Amino acid sequence: MADGGDKNMTDLNLGHHISRQFNEELEDVRNKVLQMGGIVEEQLEKAVGCLVRGDTELAREVVSSDYRVNMIEVDIDEECTRIVARRQPAASDLRLVMAVIKTITDLERIGDEAKRIARMAQDELAGTMTEDVRQEIEHMGELVREMLRTILDAFARIDVETAVQVVEADVKVDTKYVSITRQLVTYMAQDPKMIPEILNILWAARALERIGDRCENIAEYIFYLVKGRDLRHLSKEDELAEMSAAAKQGKESN
Amino acid sequence: MNDSQATAAAPEAPAADEKIAVQVRNLDLYYDRTVQALYDINLDIPDRKVTAFIGPSGCGKSTLLRCFNRMNDLIDDCVIEGKIIIEGKNIQKKKIDVAELRRQVGMVFQKPNPFPKSIYENVAYGLRIQGINKRRVLEDTVEWALKGAALWDEVKDRLQEPAFGLSGGQQQRLVIARAIAVQPKVILLDEPCSALDPISTLKIEELIHELKEDYTIIIVTHNMQQAARVSDKTAFMYLGKMIEYGVTDQIFTNPQEKRTEDYITGRYG
Repeated sequence: MADGGDKNMTDLNLGHHISRQFNEELEDVRNKVLQMGGIVEEQLEKAVGCLVRGDTELAREVVSSDYRVNMIEVDIDEECTRIVARRQPAASDLRLVMAVIKTITDLERIGDEAKRIARMAQDELAGTMTEDVRQEIEHMGELVREMLRTILDAFARIDVETAVQVVEADVKVDTKYVSITRQLVTYMAQDPKMIPEILNILWAARALERIGDRCENIAEYIFYLVKGRDLRHLSKEDELAEMSAAAKQGKESN
Repeated sequence: MNDSQATAAAPEAPAADEKIAVQVRNLDLYYDRTVQALYDINLDIPDRKVTAFIGPSGCGKSTLLRCFNRMNDLIDDCVIEGKIIIEGKNIQKKKIDVAELRRQVGMVFQKPNPFPKSIYENVAYGLRIQGINKRRVLEDTVEWALKGAALWDEVKDRLQEPAFGLSGGQQQRLVIARAIAVQPKVILLDEPCSALDPISTLKIEELIHELKEDYTIIIVTHNMQQAARVSDKTAFMYLGKMIEYGVTDQIFTNPQEKRTEDYITGRYG
């Protein structure tokens, strides 16, 4: 009977539509997501830079580039609406459009978090940080930047295996956040006069932690795009187990 | 055979509370005795649900549909092997009363085909050939069937006018009224909207949604959005084979077979 076997799940053949115009539309929308991701990546790099080095000029650049992220989000949203209206996408095309709509919302929020960090950094937080806290925040910032870079890479290649790395990395970021919080609470107890400044550092760490969560969300959308399974609201262990199993299966079938 | 092939070959297990209206087992069909058009079809069609057959032209979906009320008997040298079980009976058996089968399994075609009679007589025709001639019974049934086909309000004041005076969409609903007047179990729809404008199409789709309360509906359509809108289950056929059969939501969001995916997304394989 069915002699073709099942589809190679990692090969979505997104550019193989009979309508070349549809191929171009989907390609265009994907490119714009990556372009948006590039701007957000730059925002985050600068935000972390100004947080740990106190470079207020960088902070201004982060705040001023936010409008570009917002504009591109609206542009991609409109393009997705046009595709739904004109093409009525189904199956993996539909999942791609859905994944794009959700991904850009999270990217835009990552941009907002970067802006929040930059605004706090403008208050010259770096000067109030002890060296150990500064190092911890810098390390956390590096982890989160790496997560964002990896998830954009996973989106570009539509690759579940790479997306799994992001979910794994988020565990490290969460641990780091807990450790920084503990440290900052100790400082607040020791020097209550510094509480307002320390709270700002805490909010910045919180913003980095949220960026990690949003990268994890994007990993879930990539998984949904490739496998058609929604992993949101599962425990981290279950999510990781299912993603890893699927990535392994994909590797074997290739 | 890999896992997915095994899944495709065996009919999907029905849900526990799902009653089966039509069972197809190991069905092969040959035109001219030798040209095979259907290959080992296995299918469980649920009762009072809408099942859509999709696939490219010539894939065998209309051929399969026509098996369900033995319309293929009208084609010389058409050979059918395997079983089709409706209401507990294998309709392939010779002793089956084909006229009675076609009363139980009504059919509506691509182009509306009303008889050259009045609107009233079109609907009453099936009853008259069953020997029902009581005016009161006929009138009540005609009204009931036309209401069931969502046509009554548009034609109640001109029941004696020729059916050909109706629009294409109205004619198609008239033909559906004619089919339901004899109270079938199953209604087969062979591309019922392909000759209709979008508004008439939506009316027929709305009607299909209402009719499934009382009837099992099997629809062949080339319009995939229509299949996605109206059906509960969808079967994708290709080159005479049943490639994938499943819940419509799943087929249109996450098909398991690459050929289904390629077809519904308009890709070349």
